[in-house]
Amino acid sequence: MKRAFLIAVPYVWLLALFLIPFAVVFKISLSDIELAIPPYTPTMKDGLWTMLSQLDFENFIFLTQDDLYWKAYLSSLQIALISTVLTLMVGYPMAYAMARAPEQWRPTLLMLVILPFWTSFLIRVYAWIGILSNEGFLNQFLLWIGIIDTPLTVLNTNTAVYIGIVYTYLPFMILPIYSALDRLDGSLIEAAEDLGCSRLKAFWLVTIPLSKNGIIAGCFLVFIPALGEFVIPSLLGGSGTLMIGKVLFEEFFSNRDWPVASAVAVILLLILIVPIVLFQRNEQKQAEAEK
Amino acid sequence: MNRLSPFNVVSLTMGFVFLYVPMLILVIFSFNESKLVTVWAGFSTKWYGELLANDAFLDAAWVTLQVAVISSTIATVLGTMAAYVLVRGGRFFGRTLFSGMIYAPLVMPEVITGLSLLLLFIGIGMDRGVLTIVLAHTTFSMCFVSVVVSSRLMTFDQSLEEAALDLGASPFTAFRLVTLPIIAPAVVSGWLLAFTLSLDDLVIASFTSGPSATTLPMKIWSSVRLGVSPEINALSTILIGLVTIGVICASLASKQAALRAKRDEQQAARAA
Repeated sequence: MKRAFLIAVPYVWLLALFLIPFAVVFKISLSDIELAIPPYTPTMKDGLWTMLSQLDFENFIFLTQDDLYWKAYLSSLQIALISTVLTLMVGYPMAYAMARAPEQWRPTLLMLVILPFWTSFLIRVYAWIGILSNEGFLNQFLLWIGIIDTPLTVLNTNTAVYIGIVYTYLPFMILPIYSALDRLDGSLIEAAEDLGCSRLKAFWLVTIPLSKNGIIAGCFLVFIPALGEFVIPSLLGGSGTLMIGKVLFEEFFSNRDWPVASAVAVILLLILIVPIVLFQRNEQKQAEAEK
Repeated sequence: MNRLSPFNVVSLTMGFVFLYVPMLILVIFSFNESKLVTVWAGFSTKWYGELLANDAFLDAAWVTLQVAVISSTIATVLGTMAAYVLVRGGRFFGRTLFSGMIYAPLVMPEVITGLSLLLLFIGIGMDRGVLTIVLAHTTFSMCFVSVVVSSRLMTFDQSLEEAALDLGASPFTAFRLVTLPIIAPAVVSGWLLAFTLSLDDLVIASFTSGPSATTLPMKIWSSVRLGVSPEINALSTILIGLVTIGVICASLASKQAALRAKRDEQQAARAA
């Protein structure tokens, strides 16, 4: 009895506020836009049967006809992919060095990685506007040491978006890799070296495969949210930066086209289902391995 | 593995410079006299004065704080229940769906969560305001709480709980007297995580709030879109300062708790 209650309360909460809302989005993505509040025609007002007979996918067809959406999905995938690789390239060496650091330093190093995560995301993105703008600190610095004579344009380009994503998502990459490396048995590497592996080869053949789960978890934790990112492309990207999160937000708040915004969300969700399921499998596998 | 090569030292140093210099610049330039945030014109605290005289920011901060306290508290209760069910609940109908609903919000893009909740609230005719933001924040942060708590539940010695049950405690008493004290640090960090996530959220709050409720991130967002401003730098400095103090206090407290636990163990060993 009590067990049923314990299961039911969070279950019902998540059903009502997580799963059912998706059904609502799906329903509205099939309706037509109307100048009213709410700005769409109710799909089911004449009963289920009429709805099914009039069912059309015109919002989805509209998405395939307008170049904007295709390009936004593709460029979001591209930006998320490149940023994930860059974050891995910055994060792995850091996680590796942390795992090799003397034991008494590790809690401090770990805290230094986590601290930015507790600080407002919006403020951390905002900090880069002052650094990357034409009169910003980066250009001032580069002009001062004489590497360049004219300021570089970085703000409002895709480069600024990459920097923003790497910066804000770095802790998500470092933490799972660090926890995988921390558990790694150092004697395995020594064994590989004793048996004639070079340092680099031992790293490649032993350390990387044994930290695989951490790398996978870190990459998903960066890639999936980056794909739907809205704040970073809006603040640091330019008019040429197309990302689907931004398109969705503008479709909803500026164009007030709710059915199309819902259709955009449905497609994004379909794209995300594969990586989300893979991420979840990886997490469960790890959880079971820890048991 | 206790040998740091020069490469390790360089990558750590560069990494931390990358993580901290932007925030350091924000803090330094919040004390700048000039309105231009990239040119230093002398020390001044006037932007703090202007910030504190700005009622719109103070109102937004108050709304944000209310939302964060209420939503993180409900999320901690629900998230702990969910974690307990996932780790100890055994098999039940729809368990896969349940664990899916716990993990999916962790990575779900905020625009989707925000849009779907807004359409739900409009669909059932609910007025948007503080209550709807609280509901939205509770939903995604309970999943974070549940992940934090379940990782603690998985690692602790279950025989302690069984011992309490064998000695005649009811399941609830066993939970209250044995399980809860052991998982308490995880529950507290779950609450803190939920609290910060709520303080921090812009996108979901923008979707689910109505004209009556503006949160601090929404206020920051509308002024940041117009460019860099020294007032925002001052606000950022205050927030960064609060977080730093909070994290340092939390880590000192947990260090002390660990020391106390060790001492208790030693005493128990000596007594035995």
